[in-house]
Order: sequence, then C-alpha cells, then structure tokens
Amino acid sequence: MAFLSDLLVNLWNWIAVQLDQFLPSWATALVMLFAAAVVIVVFLLLTVMFLTLLERKVVARIADRIGPNRVGPFGLLQPIADTLKLIIKENTEPAKADHPVFRLAPAVVATAALMPYAVIPFGRGMVGSDVNIGVLYVISISSLTVIAVLMAGWGGGNKYGVLGGMRAVAQMFSFEVPLALSIGSVALLTGSLSLVAITEAQRKLWLIVAQPIAFLVYLLCGAAEANRAPFDIPEAESELVAGYHVEYSGVRFAFFYMAEYINMFTTSAMATILFLGGWQGPFVERVPILSIAYFLAKVYGLVFLMIWVRATFPRLRIDQLLDLSWKVLLPLALMNLLVTAVVDKVAAQVRLSSTLTIGVFWGSNLVLVGVVALVLYLSYRRKRARGLNPHYQIHWH
Amino acid sequence: MVLQAVFMLFSAMAVGAALAVVTNKNIFHSALFLVVALLGVAGLYVLLEAPFIAVVQVLIYVGAISTLILFAIMLTRRLMDASERQRNEQWFISAIVAVGLFIVLVLSVGQVHWPVVHTDVPENHLNRLGQDLMEHYVLPFEVTAVLLLAALVGAIVIARERTR
Amino acid sequence: MLSDYVFIGLFAIVAAIFPFAGFAVSYLVRPKRPDPVKSDVYECGMKPIGEAWVQFKVQYYLYALIFVIFDVMSVFLFPWAVAYHTLGLYALVEMCIFLGILVGGLIYAWRKGALRWV
Repeated sequence: MAFLSDLLVNLWNWIAVQLDQFLPSWATALVMLFAAAVVIVVFLLLTVMFLTLLERKVVARIADRIGPNRVGPFGLLQPIADTLKLIIKENTEPAKADHPVFRLAPAVVATAALMPYAVIPFGRGMVGSDVNIGVLYVISISSLTVIAVLMAGWGGGNKYGVLGGMRAVAQMFSFEVPLALSIGSVALLTGSLSLVAITEAQRKLWLIVAQPIAFLVYLLCGAAEANRAPFDIPEAESELVAGYHVEYSGVRFAFFYMAEYINMFTTSAMATILFLGGWQGPFVERVPILSIAYFLAKVYGLVFLMIWVRATFPRLRIDQLLDLSWKVLLPLALMNLLVTAVVDKVAAQVRLSSTLTIGVFWGSNLVLVGVVALVLYLSYRRKRARGLNPHYQIHWH
Repeated sequence: MVLQAVFMLFSAMAVGAALAVVTNKNIFHSALFLVVALLGVAGLYVLLEAPFIAVVQVLIYVGAISTLILFAIMLTRRLMDASERQRNEQWFISAIVAVGLFIVLVLSVGQVHWPVVHTDVPENHLNRLGQDLMEHYVLPFEVTAVLLLAALVGAIVIARERTR
Repeated sequence: MLSDYVFIGLFAIVAAIFPFAGFAVSYLVRPKRPDPVKSDVYECGMKPIGEAWVQFKVQYYLYALIFVIFDVMSVFLFPWAVAYHTLGLYALVEMCIFLGILVGGLIYAWRKGALRWV
C-alpha cells in the first residue's frame, strides 16, 4: 500500500536502484534525467493529441454539432489519423522564402514550447528541476517564442505572414508586462519564485482567494501570449488567412499547431500552480499519487474554460487588444500589486488574523474592479458624447 | 572537466555567433545570430551560478532588445536588399582597433588582481538581491527609474518626429 | 545549485532534437514533387505583387520600445517582491517612488498618443 500510494515516484526510484547495479552512479543519474526528459516530452505529445480532439469535441458541442466521430469510437483515434496525415504530407516551400529561417522557425517554436516543462511540478515529488527562479524561467522562455514567430512570419516571404508575425509580436509584448506584474503579487505573498515553493505555500489556502484580480489578469494575458481566442488576431483567418504560419504545410505546420496547444496547456498549468494550489488537494499527504490527478484535473478545468471562451467570444480588433493590455490590464495589475504590498505590510504591522487579511484583500480587489469599471464606463460615455461610435472609431489596415 | 567542456561550448556558441553577426550579408540573419550569441552568454551566467542574471539576460536581451532590433530591420526600407554592403572603406582601421582592444583586454585580465569571494552562493540569492537593492543600492535603484523614464520620453519624441 | 540546471540543459537538448526527429521521419515518408505553382507565395490565388518585406509602420516599434522599458521595470520588481516580507516599510516607499516615476512615463506616453493605434 505504501508503494502504491506514491506509485510513480517509487517506480522511478526502483528503476534507478536497478540501473545502479550495472552502471556507475553518474551514468545512472544521467540516464534517469534523460529518461525523465523523454517521458515529459512524450507525455506532452499525447496531451496535445488529446487536446486537439477535446477542443474540437467541446466546440462542436457548444455549436450543437457532434464533432469528429468517424475514426475509432467517439472519434478517439482522430488525433492519430491527423498526426499521420501531417507527417506524410508534402512540405511546400515558397521559392521566394528566406529558406534557412523558414525551415528553422518550426523547430524553434516547438523547442520553446517544450522548455518550460523542465521546471513544472506535475505532482508531489514529480518535478524535473526545482530552480529558485522557476517562474522567471518560464516567462523568459516564452520570449524565444516571440523570436520564432518573427522568424516564421518573415521567413515565408508572404505578406500575410509578415503582418501576422508583426501582430503576434506586438501582442505578446503588450501582454507580457501585466503578466509579469500579476506574477509579482504571487511572488510577494509567497516570498519565492520557485514553482515548488509556491505550490507548497498554498497548502492551507489557494492564492486565488487572496488574489482574484491577479488570477484574472494572468489568465487573460496567458491566453493572449498563447494566441488563444479571443486574442488570436495574429492568425485571424478572415483577414490574414493563417497569419505567420500561412506558408507552412505538413510536418512543419504540425509543429506550429503542437506548440499552440502546448502553450495553452502551459498557461493553464502555470495558472494552476500560481493561483490554484498546483497539485495540492485533500489526502495528498497520505496518498501522494493523488497529487498528479489533482494537478491534471485543475489544468484541464482551465483548458476547458479557454475552449469555452473561444467558442463564445468574437475576436478582438488589434487596437482594442492593445488598449486592453496597456490601458486596462497594466494599470490594474500595477494597482493590484501596490495594494497587495500595502495590505500585506499593514496586516503584518497590526497582526491581523489571516481570515481578516483575506477579507481585506477581497474588499480591496472589489474596490479595484469597481474603479476600473467606472473609469471604463466614463471613457465610453465621453467618447459617445463626442459623437464617436466607440466601437468603430479607428480605421486601420 | 565537464564544467570546462560546457564552458567551452557556451563560449564557442557566443563567440561563433558574434562572428557570424558581423560577417553575415543578410542583416536579418545577423540579428538572429545575435540571439544565439546572447543565449550563449546566458549559459555562461548559469555556469557562474547567477541564474537570475541568466534569466534576465534571456528575458531582456533575447525577448526585448533582439526583437526590437528585428522590428527596426523590418521598419527600415531597403535593408533587405542583398546588395547591402557589409563593410565600408574603414573596415581595416576598425579591425586594427578591435584587435588592439582585444589584446589590451586579454592582458589586463591576466594582470588585474580580481577580488575572489571564497564562499558559496547563498541559497536564497534572490532574497539577498532584493534586500541589497532596497537597503544599500537605493539611489542607483531610483536612478534606474529616471533613466528608464528618460529613455521612454526620448523614444516617444523621436518616433513622433518621424511620423510627422 | 548548478546540479539543478543539468536537467534543464538535458531537457533543452531533448526538446531541440525532438522537432528534428519529426522532420527526419517526415522526410523519409513524404512525397517531394515541387512545381513552380506550388512554390509560389500564397496570396489567395492571385499573383503576388511586390515583395512581402515592405516597410512597416512605426507604431509597432513604438510599442516595442515602451515594452522594453516596462520589461526592465518588471525585472526589478521580482527581487523586491521575493524579499518583501523580510524588509521594512521603507521597501514599500522606495518601490512606490520607483513605480511612480515609471507610471509618469506611462501617462506621458498615453497623453502623447503613443499608445494609440493609428
């Protein structure tokens, strides 16, 4: 029973002990690390396959359709068929393309999408590497995606592609700052940037309870960074065909597709770790294997939310998108960080009980939301009073 | 041993990519090689047990500055022409100056007595960094904000002049 | 300390090899029949006119510049946030001044229309 309660970790240690009998200890360590990396990559690959099916099924249900149902029972084998199709398709490449850049871009995108999982704790004791700058590592890796997107857009030699790449980068830029600020308030409350330490700090209480605004800002920015609807103007099919990956086909396109789903999963996983307690849940102390189930359940809950949002909301225009980031989310996240700092310090000074502190956090968050809503409403009214239709005031191309 | 090999690898990555930056004919490719060089430097920071600086290097230099450079290339007409020359008449003089500077730097690295701290990097070095920033280096910290403000205002003034 | 980063390095290698393995597998099984129409730039069936690498508007660059400033700001925030519990009230005041200066910059950019998409 003790073995079963922490099955995966124990199995892993058992394999290491077996290997140790033939190999020197450094070789064992290296083989195990290598195996862990491969296991994580394969897990992500399977996750992406499942996510594509999940997204199509959920969107179909919301649109009152059935979704894929031909390949295998309930269409379960559809992702495998899709993968095979993408692998055996011809790779077209425009003669005018910047060939080395064009060919390298999908590889960079896929690598950058996979990299964050080296530090993400999937469960209790199940983390590749617990570094004390984990959160910053994940954010900084996403900047590689920015470069790769520019490479893809530029390399194809296609106008839609270049425009999509530029838009994607402007969007990722704009949403990275509020994202970092919302993580800042988590770092402030937990006193660490290590993903494991942040998870441990939420043993009693999930941070979403104290930081609802930060959670909301993080989720919005994360969706924008992952180019998820309603923030998917870089690949708006009605105006840009497919954006920066318009010229890609076959396996190269597959990597862009894969990276997108992995990024969505990463955003959900990070939001889970930062605000929803990561793998924390009841009975985790006694039965550690439950932790991975809790973690995946929370992540898939957020993934479902993102799919739901995609199926529900129309796409934003680029000026609305940039305004949302710079004029709403950035000031909001800044104020939230300062309010958090003030409340935290005051609560420590007057030795407020933790329940009361949470209450104060809630109150301050509500006030912040109220202020933002009021400001937005006033600016809307002012624009309407000036005779501008606030929805169609800007012409752009 | 292994550490030295890894150090060599990152150094070769940084130096090789830097050479490619200055010799490449295509300016877009040059900018991409700059990214590789900066990543190599980030690797060196990790080896120096300064992971925070390494991450900041990737975040700021790769994520922001390099992309800014790529944007600048895209904003400039005619930079993509293959006829763009890589060197001008003064390349020889600048090569001499560069080599001279390199020799001076190598010599000074060998001569100077560098202060070495014989203690391990503290486990919670981020905490220490925050404390030092708030307690001992308050003035530089605030001056940084002024510097950033000046950069922001300058950028806006110049860009607005260009659009007019 | 450094041993924590061995796994990240190894993972980076695996993650970098993985796409190339995909390319290699696909290379073995996919058809290769290039033809001039296929290797044309896609523009909804029309013959593309001119280069794709045209000059872009300065607005993009302006956003990028403002982003760089605030990215640097967020980097300064993290050590402060992590150490916040161990610091006194002065940390809050100092950060308020720091952010105040930069928020001044944001307001300046806003008023000057640098944040308006035209």
